[in-house]
Amino acid sequence: MKLQKATLFALFAVLELARNPGRQMSAAEIAEVYGISVNHLAKVLRELGRAGLVEAVRGVGGGYRFSGNARRTSLYDVINLFGDIVTDASEMPGPSGETEIAQALGRVLNEVDEIAVATLKSISLATLLKPIDRQAARRMALSS
Amino acid sequence: MSETASALSPSKPAPRPVIRDAREDDMAEVRDIDARITGISKPEYWARTFSRFGGRTDRWFLVAEAGGRIAGFIIGETRAWEFGSPPCGWVFAIGVDPARRLGGIGTGLLEAITARMQAAGLATVRTMLARDDALNMAFFRSQGMMGGSFIQLEMPLGPEDDAEPGER
Repeated sequence: MKLQKATLFALFAVLELARNPGRQMSAAEIAEVYGISVNHLAKVLRELGRAGLVEAVRGVGGGYRFSGNARRTSLYDVINLFGDIVTDASEMPGPSGETEIAQALGRVLNEVDEIAVATLKSISLATLLKPIDRQAARRMALSS
Repeated sequence: MSETASALSPSKPAPRPVIRDAREDDMAEVRDIDARITGISKPEYWARTFSRFGGRTDRWFLVAEAGGRIAGFIIGETRAWEFGSPPCGWVFAIGVDPARRLGGIGTGLLEAITARMQAAGLATVRTMLARDDALNMAFFRSQGMMGGSFIQLEMPLGPEDDAEPGER
């Protein structure tokens, strides 16, 4: 599965901010961590703000912070904001036409897409972050 | 996962559940929890399941008991050498009283059954879910389970009009 740039940037940003909900980060700071375009990311952050997943903090030291519910927001919810996933079988990309071969291929591609959607819907931001935080805690314990 | 007022009420914390082996006299409550979750009452299934999985060494039927009531259950077994799979733990049912969700009961049940599986020498636990079972899918994911190395396949049984004789 290949995601569009905007979708991938949105996942980076929302997960980075959700990892530390009290922390504020500017678009430039997030862009630097992931080596991505700050202008493109700024547009993505505005979209995430409209969806209520992040909020802009104004003033000196301002930036963005996570304002969603990490346990109730799935990867699919974020991806779907950018229209990157098609769930309606009739809109699924794939062979079109009425031939038996096109229809048989379409069924296989639909199967793959349905599994991908079910997987993305089942993983919340908190679930994705949990093993990362656990690893970080383990590293800290080892280094102290 | 739906939340209920009673499950979230901070004023009256629910009693901490005790996870233990299921007993035959738990079956009425287990059956009731299952019926409330699935909408289907299956008394014969539960009687048969208890006789097959209750009180065995490589099969586990556990319940969470809190305040004298059954709050949830989990059932699993050891499966071995299915299409080359070394022995592994298999969880095929879990249910938590809908009014007691979000209280860590499912987590406690899964931890208890996987501890028993580990004690039995098993290194992997698997399960199989409906693709649209968002509640259980999110639960198992949150516990660290991921897509595994096996794929579930199925087909309708019965003659197909366009099937070649050799395909049946």
